[in-house]
Amino acid sequence: MTFGESTRIVTARLHNERSWTISSYLAAGGYQGLRKALTMTPKEIHDQVNTANILGRGGAGFEAGRKWGMLRQAQPVYLTINGDESEPATFKDHALIEGDPHQLIEGAVIAAYVIGAAQVFIFVRGEFPLAIERLQAALNEAYDYGAVGANIFASSFSVDVVVHPGAGAYICGEETALLESLEGKRGYPRIKPPFFPAVMGLYGAPTIVNNVETVSNLPWVVINGGDNFAALGEGRSKGTKLLALAGHVKRPGNYELEWAKVTFRDLIFDPALGGGIRDDNELKAIIPGGVSSPWIGPEHLDVSLSNEAIAGIGSMAGSGSVIPMDHTTCMVRAAWRIVRFFHRESCGQCTPCREGGGWLEKILERIEMGQGRESDLDLLMDVCDNISPGVSWPPAQTTICVLGPSMPPSIASGLARFRDEYLAHIREGRCPFPPDRLPRRLARV
Amino acid sequence: MARLNPDNLAHAEELIALYPHRRSALIPILHVLQEQDGYLSEDGMAHVAELVGLEPVEVRGTASFYDMFHFEPVGRYLVAVCTNIACMLQGAYRLLEHAEETLGVAPGGTTADGMFTLEDAECLALCGNAPCVTVNWRFFGDLDPPEFDKLVEDLRSGRLDGEVPAHGTLSRVRRRHALTAGGSAGSASDQAALPNAIQPESDTPESQGPDLPAPGTHLDLSTRRSTTATAVVDAKHLESPK
Repeated sequence: MTFGESTRIVTARLHNERSWTISSYLAAGGYQGLRKALTMTPKEIHDQVNTANILGRGGAGFEAGRKWGMLRQAQPVYLTINGDESEPATFKDHALIEGDPHQLIEGAVIAAYVIGAAQVFIFVRGEFPLAIERLQAALNEAYDYGAVGANIFASSFSVDVVVHPGAGAYICGEETALLESLEGKRGYPRIKPPFFPAVMGLYGAPTIVNNVETVSNLPWVVINGGDNFAALGEGRSKGTKLLALAGHVKRPGNYELEWAKVTFRDLIFDPALGGGIRDDNELKAIIPGGVSSPWIGPEHLDVSLSNEAIAGIGSMAGSGSVIPMDHTTCMVRAAWRIVRFFHRESCGQCTPCREGGGWLEKILERIEMGQGRESDLDLLMDVCDNISPGVSWPPAQTTICVLGPSMPPSIASGLARFRDEYLAHIREGRCPFPPDRLPRRLARV
Repeated sequence: MARLNPDNLAHAEELIALYPHRRSALIPILHVLQEQDGYLSEDGMAHVAELVGLEPVEVRGTASFYDMFHFEPVGRYLVAVCTNIACMLQGAYRLLEHAEETLGVAPGGTTADGMFTLEDAECLALCGNAPCVTVNWRFFGDLDPPEFDKLVEDLRSGRLDGEVPAHGTLSRVRRRHALTAGGSAGSASDQAALPNAIQPESDTPESQGPDLPAPGTHLDLSTRRSTTATAVVDAKHLESPK
């Protein structure tokens, strides 16, 4: 199999000269999808998107067409694009906004046309100023070009798009927290039900929240048809997926590949992709779908990177971030860093997450520092159980959102696989791996 | 420090006009305030509160949720070293330790000359170029200690002024268009039937407004040192045959 033959959809233009400008975009066929869309009815496009079966690319994997179909019949309707990419080791939307902002705008306007949105807000993570600048510059160009604003391309359809910067909070990637933030409030996830912003979203109005990569697929789908999109991939995982490969590989980066047609072994070891583990070290574990996902091992290398296949081995494809770790990696340290992240980013509304995160971080820290006790292993699982009862997969939750339940998987899957390594830390009174400058002098959360 | 100056006040009013509700402009306006002073002053936040119709404590209470806002002055350059998992696996803590030695401050600290504030940061989404650092959120990837020192030197000498504005500046590109699509937000009678829906404010400009001025349009948004745009998705990664 030659991966270069894989159809590229969302990254097709990313390496063009000054790809973020409208002249570059138009030279590469830009805005033809929107022009075609405006000759179709919203329902016709919606049908194409349903045929394409575009799963949401933000992590939850919910069908975009089905989400649109859940809109409460009321006006106004808002469209919000989630560009608050903050999941550790996920860097695909960042690249898409910086590299091809017009594609995002075109996709957003198509989506707005289908759902009849009164206004579009593109929420971009505040820590991406270059992305914000390029997107705003592109939006200015798009208004001048007639692709956004009043009577788009001389049609009767009008919609405004606003680029909205975030201000630094991982939790705002959770869609209801994002809407709170967009309303000018603290980014607290909302209590469910209602489960879907399509019922009650921004300002209480029906709202669709779509991920950057999801809507970036729309111009291609409109031009080429939903059936051509659905011809790529397998099962529920249709089209292509942008996989963000980081960690101990020789060639980290974003790779857009036909979905479900690539295994972990392909992604990590193929010379055109990951190129193998650094220094040809031994692969120890893989974080397969963002740091909320349970870790898997080398025995899973031949599992396909599809939603269904990864779910089948008790983990998830999530946002498409894959992190292989080699045999020099301390599993306690890796779990500690992930839990530290979630603890720092907990919004503080729910006790199990706010307090449990701190407990877990401290227990892992003392094990890593050689001051753990054997009973700590049970204590870790007990705290995990309080955050996510049963510590099962998919996780149950005692919290408003899934941030808290994202902590136990690293610990539970790490302990199940590397219990001896945890015990070695405790019995030897030190971390058996080469020292890293661990938390001693770090600021407390 | 001060309230918003006249230019920034005009900018704030433009931002408010982009949303159905004034409060939605709060965070964008706070970025403008932070660009003006380098941090959020009490006077400045009080002024913003007046603009969006909140109490000052509500503005501070919202702002304090977000990591990017500072309530005390910080250095001209906020140097954030990512230590999250992808960067940690590539030696981020060694880089952070080196940064502490080079700058002579611990995370959270500011150098005596007011040039640099160091941060131990969470994932900055440049994981294909780990370990990475941002300076005022502008990206510098694949850094080893000598490259870090070179970066600091370039910042000190002003060689990166075009690429890295002083702390607080989020976007040097300003929106050029007022809302133009107008009243597609549905009729009032539709909304009256919806107890949950908040009515858009009556002062939302719905008619065609004048185009806004175009500061920043001269900017060339390509980058010399940031590697995000080119290296993250490298054509050869995607095209070379097996």
